[in-house]
Amino acid sequence: MGETLLSVRGVTRRFPGVRALDHVDLEVRTGEVHALVGENGAGKSTLMNILGGVLSPDEGRIELAGRPVRFHDAHEAGQAGVAVVFQELSLVPNLSIAENIFANRQPTLAGGFVHRARLEADAQRLLELFQLALPPGRLVKHLSPAHAQLVEILKAISQRPRLLILDEPTSSLSGVETQLLFDNIRRMKLEGVSIIYISHHLPEVFAVADRVTVLRDGRRVATREVSEVDEETLVRLMVGRELSNVYGRREGEIGEELLRVEGATREPAFRDVTFSLRRGEIVGLAGLVGAGRTELGRAIFALERWQKGELYLEGRRLSLRDAHQAIAHHVGYLTEDRKAQGLFPRMSVRDNVIAPSLSRFARRLGWMSDRAATRFAEECRGMLSIATPSVLRRVAHLSGGNQQKVLFSAWTGIAPRVLIVDEPTRGVDVGARSDLYAYLRRLAGSGVGILLISSDLLEILGLSDRILVMREGRLVAEFGREEAGEEAIIAAATGVTAAAS
Amino acid sequence: MGETTSHVARLLRRLTDFREFMLLVIIIGACVGLALRSPVFLTVDNLLAVLLSVSIESIVAIGMTILLVSGGFDLSVGSAVALSGAAAAMALTAGWPVPLAVGTGLGVGALGGFCNGIVIAWLRINPFITTLAMMQILRGLLLAITKGKNISGLPDSFNMIGQGALWGIQYPIIIALVLILIGDVFLRYSRFFRQNYYIGGNERAAILSGIRVNRMKIFNYTLTGLLAGLAGVIMTARLGSATVTAGAYLELRVISAVIIGGASLAGGEGTVLGAFLGSLLMALIVNALTLLGIDIYWNTLVIGSTLLIAVLIDTLGKARQGQL
Repeated sequence: MGETLLSVRGVTRRFPGVRALDHVDLEVRTGEVHALVGENGAGKSTLMNILGGVLSPDEGRIELAGRPVRFHDAHEAGQAGVAVVFQELSLVPNLSIAENIFANRQPTLAGGFVHRARLEADAQRLLELFQLALPPGRLVKHLSPAHAQLVEILKAISQRPRLLILDEPTSSLSGVETQLLFDNIRRMKLEGVSIIYISHHLPEVFAVADRVTVLRDGRRVATREVSEVDEETLVRLMVGRELSNVYGRREGEIGEELLRVEGATREPAFRDVTFSLRRGEIVGLAGLVGAGRTELGRAIFALERWQKGELYLEGRRLSLRDAHQAIAHHVGYLTEDRKAQGLFPRMSVRDNVIAPSLSRFARRLGWMSDRAATRFAEECRGMLSIATPSVLRRVAHLSGGNQQKVLFSAWTGIAPRVLIVDEPTRGVDVGARSDLYAYLRRLAGSGVGILLISSDLLEILGLSDRILVMREGRLVAEFGREEAGEEAIIAAATGVTAAAS
Repeated sequence: MGETTSHVARLLRRLTDFREFMLLVIIIGACVGLALRSPVFLTVDNLLAVLLSVSIESIVAIGMTILLVSGGFDLSVGSAVALSGAAAAMALTAGWPVPLAVGTGLGVGALGGFCNGIVIAWLRINPFITTLAMMQILRGLLLAITKGKNISGLPDSFNMIGQGALWGIQYPIIIALVLILIGDVFLRYSRFFRQNYYIGGNERAAILSGIRVNRMKIFNYTLTGLLAGLAGVIMTARLGSATVTAGAYLELRVISAVIIGGASLAGGEGTVLGAFLGSLLMALIVNALTLLGIDIYWNTLVIGSTLLIAVLIDTLGKARQGQL
């Protein structure tokens, strides 16, 4: 492995009231994949924003290939060979994949007209790196979140950076796509590109990184060779305390059948899906992105129509017309898209947690009781340890993990019998994640049936009493708690290795 | 000592977060200034005149506030005011009894609003385009029916609605104040109306929270139409005639007032009281210009600047708090 490409020395950055980075050192070698881990608020994003030229440090120095640098904006960082893939997508929905990848760098013909043919050919080559069979002319707004995320990564790769910074690059990706990303990371590494890889998913760190730096509360806690640490050690370094089995154990017994779905069909998303969910049971729903899991979850919650099929709740056949009726039957759906569909960002924690159960907080004649709402919000804050100075604070000011806790709290309010949780810990750090798992366990323990849709296999394996696998809109496999394994699920989800083995 | 000043500073900051409070301060300040400059200002007649001048707009502003809070808005209210006023006037000239004529006016307004709601909620046409079209459709209908002629000669029992007074306070003022009070309390505290803050805050999240967004939208536009109808009836009664130009630019004045009052075009914010104070502020500015002997041709320019300044102050305040 080569010499030092990036050297960060004593970088400090303050925000009103907090020291986001406190004399942080970081050294990245040429051709190295350097993982950066830490809980939300540990300072990863601030450091990345400084390296990407979005923020400037209050103190400290940064050297790139031995020369001190100070970026004033993202453009300067890009010129110096630093490309950042932010977690928030920076794509323009109404432009094509190709135009997005080469934003501002389109090949031109004489007179400044865009050379469309070359633009699309260049984009096509990049898409092939990820085996994406997408026309480069397709508009980004028609892409799935996973594909959009890959386009975002391609946009950074296309700048041929010396240092590539990836922030949670796999948050919307399925297993196969993640593997393709890793293949590309390894390929770039051989070409001498250095990569800073930020992730909450420690298995990814072990899969792809050479060294790992742990940040906690704005300070660097440790930098280690990945081969010399194990997951437990990393978690302990990140959290600063021992976290025993994050997934917990089942509380209580599994009871009688609660929910049954028979022959549910909505072409082309899913067809002929039949399964049941019992009281106190957590059923994991695994599959690739686009296998129809989210659509199925939304359909049970009556957000999407069924073309065929029946829904039974406690043995009674229901035909729900909209979410309002689903909630009236105590069926809840926690969306995978917290920002766009889950929360009311400019409203307070209190107003958010009461959203699905407003009538519970209304007294006679429909007058809202602020006192009851505040009491409930305070209960939620305690129960899920939501870190906020006040329940009247806007949720936009909370960290991702705490926002997710607010969303969980909201669904407590409907006293759910069935709760469908879609990617419940996406973008949530380890500490908050164990709080959410414990909470799901407690819900199940109190008799709620939980349908867990997740692309995180460890989460599925760690939490589920039973695991269903969907592929291309169909249920293709079912595993009991004991018989399920990572390989078997992946095989069923992809349908590839199943034939080979 | 430092402790106390920081307490005072915090209290002041919390109060200035309330748009209504800021507006009230500005309005009282303007009143004091005007009282010092002009002996006429603090007379009951002048104050009532100011209130009367905002009463009709304020009734419409109640509906508009609800619409802005839920992320919509309505450009057709000015035309709705004119058409419903004319409808009531035509019913009267056809010899219908007063209550039925009033009902006709209200019904016409509500029907126009209902159409807006259906198109916006079910056909998913953008509110700007829908109500821009409706603004011209309603005004066009009015012109076609009346052939551009004013309708006058209305019975006194009808004109009483706009011209009568209780203890010296004209009925339009009383009606407006009562409705503002009711509207403000409902939008603030009732479960039903509070749903609008959720819809304006994040429509998709509101749907997932079980709020029946389409029904609410249709209700809101219908209610706004109904209030515009009421405003039209009162305006016709006050003038004793229905004119084809009635309510011209009313929609713009009302939207300005609601925004000065703290609502945002992005939805999720705003109160009825704020909107009323916004109307009042604009009326006071006009009154000040008149009392200070400034040419009335400057009015529109000053009102436009007020709107811009109000929004600028708001934006700068939010940027300071890091909310943008």
